[in-house]
Amino acid sequence: MLALVAVLLLALGAAATIFRRAPAVLGVSAALSASGAAAALASLIAGGPTLALALPIGLPSGLMAPDGMTLALDPLSAMFLLILFVAAAFCAVYAIDQHEAEDRRALAGFPAFVGAMALALLAADAFTLVFGFELMSAVSWLLVLARHEDADSRSAGIFYVGMALFGGLCLVPAFAVLAHAGGAHAGLLDLRFSAMRAAPPEGWRAALVLALVLLGAGSKAGLVPLHPWLPLAHPAAPSHVSALMSGAMTKVGLYVIVRVLFDLCGPAQPLWWGIPLIAAGAASALIGALRATADGDIKSVLACSTIENVGLIAVGLGVALVARGADLPALAALALCAALLHALGHGVFKPLMFLCVGSVAHGAGTRSLARLGGLIHRMPVTAGCAILGAACLAGLPVFAGFAGEWLLFQAVLAGPRIGGLALQTLFAALAAVLALSVALAAAAAVRLIGVAFLGRPRGPRAAVADEAGPRARAAMIGLSGLAVLLGLLPGPAIWLLEPALRGLSGAGMAGRAGWLAISPTQESFGYAPAAIALLVALAAAGGMLALRRLAARGIALGRERGPAWANGFAAPPAWLPFGDSVTQYGGASFSEPLQRTLGRTLLRGGDPAMHWLMRPLLAARGAISRAADAMQVLTIRRILTVMFAVLVLFLAVIAAVEM
Amino acid sequence: MRGATMTHHIGFGALSYDLAHLLGGTALVLSFALLYQRRVSAVVNTYALQALVVAAAAAWQGWVQNEPQLYLTALIALVAKAIIIPLALHGIIRRLEIHRSIETAFGVFPSMAVGVLLVVLAILVVLPTTLGAATLTREDLATALSVVLLGLLAMITRRNAPTQVVGFFSLENGLILAAVGVTGMPMVVELSTAFLVLVAFTVFGLFFFRIRDRLGSLDTRRLDLVTEEPR
Repeated sequence: MLALVAVLLLALGAAATIFRRAPAVLGVSAALSASGAAAALASLIAGGPTLALALPIGLPSGLMAPDGMTLALDPLSAMFLLILFVAAAFCAVYAIDQHEAEDRRALAGFPAFVGAMALALLAADAFTLVFGFELMSAVSWLLVLARHEDADSRSAGIFYVGMALFGGLCLVPAFAVLAHAGGAHAGLLDLRFSAMRAAPPEGWRAALVLALVLLGAGSKAGLVPLHPWLPLAHPAAPSHVSALMSGAMTKVGLYVIVRVLFDLCGPAQPLWWGIPLIAAGAASALIGALRATADGDIKSVLACSTIENVGLIAVGLGVALVARGADLPALAALALCAALLHALGHGVFKPLMFLCVGSVAHGAGTRSLARLGGLIHRMPVTAGCAILGAACLAGLPVFAGFAGEWLLFQAVLAGPRIGGLALQTLFAALAAVLALSVALAAAAAVRLIGVAFLGRPRGPRAAVADEAGPRARAAMIGLSGLAVLLGLLPGPAIWLLEPALRGLSGAGMAGRAGWLAISPTQESFGYAPAAIALLVALAAAGGMLALRRLAARGIALGRERGPAWANGFAAPPAWLPFGDSVTQYGGASFSEPLQRTLGRTLLRGGDPAMHWLMRPLLAARGAISRAADAMQVLTIRRILTVMFAVLVLFLAVIAAVEM
Repeated sequence: MRGATMTHHIGFGALSYDLAHLLGGTALVLSFALLYQRRVSAVVNTYALQALVVAAAAAWQGWVQNEPQLYLTALIALVAKAIIIPLALHGIIRRLEIHRSIETAFGVFPSMAVGVLLVVLAILVVLPTTLGAATLTREDLATALSVVLLGLLAMITRRNAPTQVVGFFSLENGLILAAVGVTGMPMVVELSTAFLVLVAFTVFGLFFFRIRDRLGSLDTRRLDLVTEEPR
């Protein structure tokens, strides 16, 4: 069923290159994605039986072990497929209204993008996985280039394709090492996951696989230090595509990490295995959150927040690996559950946020925070959904982002039990970094909502913004509903993850997740979102009533009611004769204090990865090409000398090998 | 190793083996001589002598292997490389008035040392890789590879165009030496190599005159100046 959906989506993408009616293509994509989501959900509810299917197409036979491509559905795939198809269905519905003329180029790409991701998630052998992964990269690259008239889009596209190629370049050898560990049978490399599972890598091979997978899939997921493409490429793509890239494509990267490190490499890996993942995740969380508080482009803010959330998920995965290495299955299950639950939540609220800011960019004609403001009056539905999404983003209790982050903190705080002074120090530092990141993410969410939707318009275009169309509103409201549901009922969501947890960490969350409450261990106190929501609602209603009473009494006593904090405006200087509109505090005003305290040292004027990694790489590329240039104008004698040196080297190598 | 000859009953001590060895060794010694000669005409004479030795080696192999076509090879080597080409080179040198002393890019001692290292390298490469072949073939190949490498070395240690050409021809002598040492090498290769040398000779001859016409000198350092100018 799911395989059929994936293949049909790919076929639809091919058909849409000729047949270019946007509503029809997007409608069919939405229907297919919805049925895919239903199938994935059904599989999860049924407890995730593993189904396998061999496709009659693939590599020429006789080269590698499976003759065709093989697909399989297990609980892990089903969970990520659920994230993908839910987001894809709503994004497709949204895009019917929001489709701009230049996005018509992206039309064929959209179903193909979803199909490629589904293929990667369903793969049961390395070839199919890498094929789907690379197809996904290639199609998303075309989607990023959909608005190629813009020079920024073009440079973002080039940067993105470079990162994607690098990712593929790392993944292919990673799987080669894995397949090699499985041994070659009759001269064939066995690329099936079952064969890799049977012979997990050991020693330096395992370390090599870890490094290559973290680089290859981590670059797609947006893990530090290979994250700088996200804030560039996500804003460049059309909004429904950015929503999928952020909500689903980064998850495919994470899926590959989970699939290889948890599943294919087996449970018998050393304790330190999780530590690179933890370090990269913590750095991503901090840098992503800090950048999100500073960026002036609303879509970039969300992309940076994606880096932060992926970082949190990666930390959860890392803690789970360490706990599994220490043979603490209950803790491993807790950390893994936190990571997967947060992935699930992020897969809902991040597309929601992207759809909302897409409506803003469409309705108000700009993505720049400096020109937005006061949109809650012009776009009430979008604003309401965005506020809900931002509450999830900020990790507020009872919203979808909280449960995962709370479980993650529980896992990190339980981490020192694993033992060793070094490990305990690491976990203490980790908890501090995570707390800082989550607080910064909350600040970024407040800033985004406060500047874009509240206050007064900062530009004429924002003052006459249009609300999104009916189908776009329906998509946003639908995703909001899902986010609320996920926030209030984390227990049932964990039930869906149960089979995947059992398979990967050796223990489940049984007894720790109920209808109304979840708890990190069976005997400790838990988190009951519905009850908390009820209490918060009661307290809010009571507070409001009391405030009204007080205010009424004050007015009766003749007290004057003045604007709080001058309504967010600074006093205009004397030389500003025409009103005060530019003295309103904006995005830059909110980020300035954080930038002064943390940004200068941590971000290095933009992004540390740009400063420490990309710029040296660019310099190295320049040096190499200059050296290659110099080779072209060598004299005859020097060229002969080079050839002679190469010949002698070659002979020396032969002599060394022969001896 | 020497006792392991299988196909040919030529071994250490047999006249055919010793003479082939002697001729190959002489060619190698002449290659070293090429490296340290400082006068253009002496370089050409050394080359002619080497070609003569190679012709003798080809003839001797023709006799030993009972292959009449190798006599033809020997004849070509003798006439074209030991007589015509050196005479032509002498003519060119006389016409260009450069039969005075020449300078080398490398000192004599370093080029000798590098040459010895190259011979060691050739032996280390050839002897282990040809374990299945006859002893004569193996040692002949090692000598020939040394001659080739030394020819290349001569090409890159000289700055003067005619001596670089002689280095190239000496390299080609090494190829012929290798070809005649292996039994059953087809005639075609010999003819084509000989032909190649003639073509190269013509090309290089033209090349000399172009260089002199343009630069008034045959010093290839002038060419470096030309290429470096536009930068």
